[in-house]
Amino acid sequence: MERRLTGSANNAMIRKRYRREARFKAYTITALFVAFGIIAAFFTDIIGQGHSAFWRTEVQVTLDYNERAERIGRFALAEDMREIVSRGAVRSIPLEIRNNPELAGIQREIWAPAYSRIDQYRKGNEALSPELAAQVERLEREGRIRTTFNWAFFTSGDSKLPELAGIFSAAVGSLMVLAVTLAFAFPIGVMAAIYLEEFAPDNKLTQAIEVNINNLAAVPSIIFGLLGLAVFINTFGVPRSSALVGGLTLGLMTLPIIIISTRAALRSVPDPIRLGGFAMGCSRWQVVRDHVMPLSLPGILTGTIIGLAQAMGETAPLIIVGMIAYIPEAPSSIFESATVLPAQVFTWASEPRKAFVEKTGAGIMVLLAILLTLNATAVLLRRKFERRW
Amino acid sequence: METQSTDVTATGSQTMAQNQDTSPVANEQATPEVKMSARDLNLWYGDTQALYDINLDMYNREVTALIGPSGCGKSTFLRCLNRMNDLIPQVRMKGQVSLEGEDIYDSSVDVVQLRTFVGMVFQKPNPFPKSIYENIAYAPRLHGTGTSRSELDDLVESSLKRAGLWNEVADRLDTAGTELSGGQQQRLCIARAIAVNPEVILMDEPASALDPLATATVEELIHELKDNYTIVIVTHNLQQAARVAGYTAFFHMGKVIEFNDTDTLFTNPAEQRTEDYITGRFG
Amino acid sequence: MDKKGFSQHISRQYNEDLEQIITRVMTMGGLVEQQLESAMDALVNGDQAKGEEVITSDYRINAMEVELDDACTNVLARRQPAASDLRLIVAVIKAITDLERIGDEAERVGRMALHLLEEDRRRSPMAEIAALGNQVKGMVHGALDAFARMDAEQAVRVAQEDIKADAQYDAIIRHLVKYLEDNPKSVPPVLDIVWATRSLERIGDRSRNICEYVIYFVKGKDVRHTSFEQMAEEATGDRR
Repeated sequence: MERRLTGSANNAMIRKRYRREARFKAYTITALFVAFGIIAAFFTDIIGQGHSAFWRTEVQVTLDYNERAERIGRFALAEDMREIVSRGAVRSIPLEIRNNPELAGIQREIWAPAYSRIDQYRKGNEALSPELAAQVERLEREGRIRTTFNWAFFTSGDSKLPELAGIFSAAVGSLMVLAVTLAFAFPIGVMAAIYLEEFAPDNKLTQAIEVNINNLAAVPSIIFGLLGLAVFINTFGVPRSSALVGGLTLGLMTLPIIIISTRAALRSVPDPIRLGGFAMGCSRWQVVRDHVMPLSLPGILTGTIIGLAQAMGETAPLIIVGMIAYIPEAPSSIFESATVLPAQVFTWASEPRKAFVEKTGAGIMVLLAILLTLNATAVLLRRKFERRW
Repeated sequence: METQSTDVTATGSQTMAQNQDTSPVANEQATPEVKMSARDLNLWYGDTQALYDINLDMYNREVTALIGPSGCGKSTFLRCLNRMNDLIPQVRMKGQVSLEGEDIYDSSVDVVQLRTFVGMVFQKPNPFPKSIYENIAYAPRLHGTGTSRSELDDLVESSLKRAGLWNEVADRLDTAGTELSGGQQQRLCIARAIAVNPEVILMDEPASALDPLATATVEELIHELKDNYTIVIVTHNLQQAARVAGYTAFFHMGKVIEFNDTDTLFTNPAEQRTEDYITGRFG
Repeated sequence: MDKKGFSQHISRQYNEDLEQIITRVMTMGGLVEQQLESAMDALVNGDQAKGEEVITSDYRINAMEVELDDACTNVLARRQPAASDLRLIVAVIKAITDLERIGDEAERVGRMALHLLEEDRRRSPMAEIAALGNQVKGMVHGALDAFARMDAEQAVRVAQEDIKADAQYDAIIRHLVKYLEDNPKSVPPVLDIVWATRSLERIGDRSRNICEYVIYFVKGKDVRHTSFEQMAEEATGDRR
């Protein structure tokens, strides 16, 4: 049979195959686009919702530290400004005057944060009465009203006044919880995995342990919250709603993940490395410490960071142990009441006032940014320490 | 002269040689000194028996080759000599293995110590993922045979020289051991094994993963090493056994069928099964 | 290990290579036997045609020696033979040298026969020479047979025949010497007979060599330069 190569691509069967492959490729690309489309829509929505929280309206006012202001701070403002300026800007004036009597009688001009309704009006989310609207217009003409970057969002804690609410206390709380989780879950998890992988004999007991650990990783997180409530709060008396109990609870939840990923990292170290160590006269512990650990460290770190990132986004178990409270001040120790970013977002999302909508969005953006950073760190670490063997 | 399969030593061939004044083996000295020996060694993997009544002597400063078809137990036997089989949980052993008369399976023996006397080189080169220097310095430092920096420097240099690798890597001791070529990696593993100054070096098919040139280099190295070390090498390359070994043991189905000096085994084997294997009639 | 076929090499090509070599050795042996037969015919019966044929045909044996040497070298290079295969190749390489020399000796016998045709042959001890010729013909045949059948014991028997051949040779020479003493003028034809007889005796020696190679191949014992008693012992004993 004569062979013909040139033009063989035009064979009908071959063409059908090409078409089939092109179709398959089209499906996969479509799936990719759909997935990305959804993610893009999500991000667009959130950013659209939350970006305005990073800006706030400020008004230039004169604060008059007069007699009436000594009792009620609001009276330091001119009457027409009392509806414009945020109450929070003036409520500490009586205390100020009491602590510094020389302030009595002075006048001070400041840029004060505007009342949330004014802020929302200027952002186009709310309507004002015609008088207030006219006043705002006048202030704008006079140049006494401006929009600045809302640093206070990052430096202040939660507040009943939406214009003053920030994520600082929640961020500190999250950090503390994360630290406790890490300190609790990492050593225990890694050590347990090393024992199970390198030292434990392969019998029914270790197999049972492995099955149980795998199951634990699949347990709904809220169960861990209940566990935390029963064991840590009720039995051990850990202060409710503290970063400590939150960290311990999330630590329990992250433990199986760390154990599993550490075991996978250890298992990925090829056996010839261990054999080489043994043949050189190393004890099993030395082989683990000097040969297996350095090679598996990137894998362990990656798994830990991913576990922590997951923990950071958990809300349900923390609600059970009470970290949903209203925390205006950042906690100064792990024994004080605290809240975490996702809980803060949840709280704000439950608020009826329109001003909190943008805060919710902004809170989500901050949370996502942190999570993405953590995961990116995991990827970078893995790539940096990847070693050929 | 009958060779019994339960007690196979090379003494049989020696007496024969002395009767033949035309045989090339005639000028051999009396039986050489025994460095390691196995007596009535039986081994099971779980319920499967892998080694049956192995009696074998390995002579001092000689290269002993273990040949045989796949699955005949030669690698298993090799691992008995430095107790690497201890790492496999289902392994059960009966019998005795001794190093210069001392039973290595005695309960008072520290396995870690044993492995500094009996080193091992594996089929696929497995340098540690550290620098060349660290590869060699690691074990001496661990066992305390080299403590100061200068001691270790000397040890690294002498080990690499004895392994014939020094000239090629002297200027890059800090590069990773894994960046060398296959043949160089294997010589690095040999250098690493020598660095702890063992008495016996076990080699499990050390050249089977290497190209012919690297293989030749490793074989030349083995030839030089045997002046100072006892070497036991498992190989399924018959010509390699013929080239490097002074004594050869033929394993089949977990038993030692024949053990003799290499020249005799390859020109005039006593057992039909040995003959069949060597000439390619089976296996 | 005495009788074995070559059927079990895993590589059939290798089997065929070895079998071919043995076949060609036998062919070469057959040629040599033929040459010897023709030479004896020329010498004893005065057959001139046969004499000339022997001389012109010697080249074929030489060509086979070269060819077989080449084949053996190839096997050594490609197969790295061991044990009995190795001994076979070594034995073949040596045996074909001896066979080729036997061919040369037969050619010399033929040449001497042609010389004698021109001279007076009436007083030559042809009967004894014919007997010697038959003796060594039998030895060549026996040696080749032992090789083909890998029979070490037969090889010993054939080798020992050399004693008789040597004795016959001595007798012929004594006869010729006596004749020369009586007839000092007939040196040239007597010399020719002496060369021819000597060639026959050499053929016997070379046949014995081939038997030694057979014993080496089959038994793995090198019996060259040993006594017949030792040779017999090695040939009948077990492989060590």
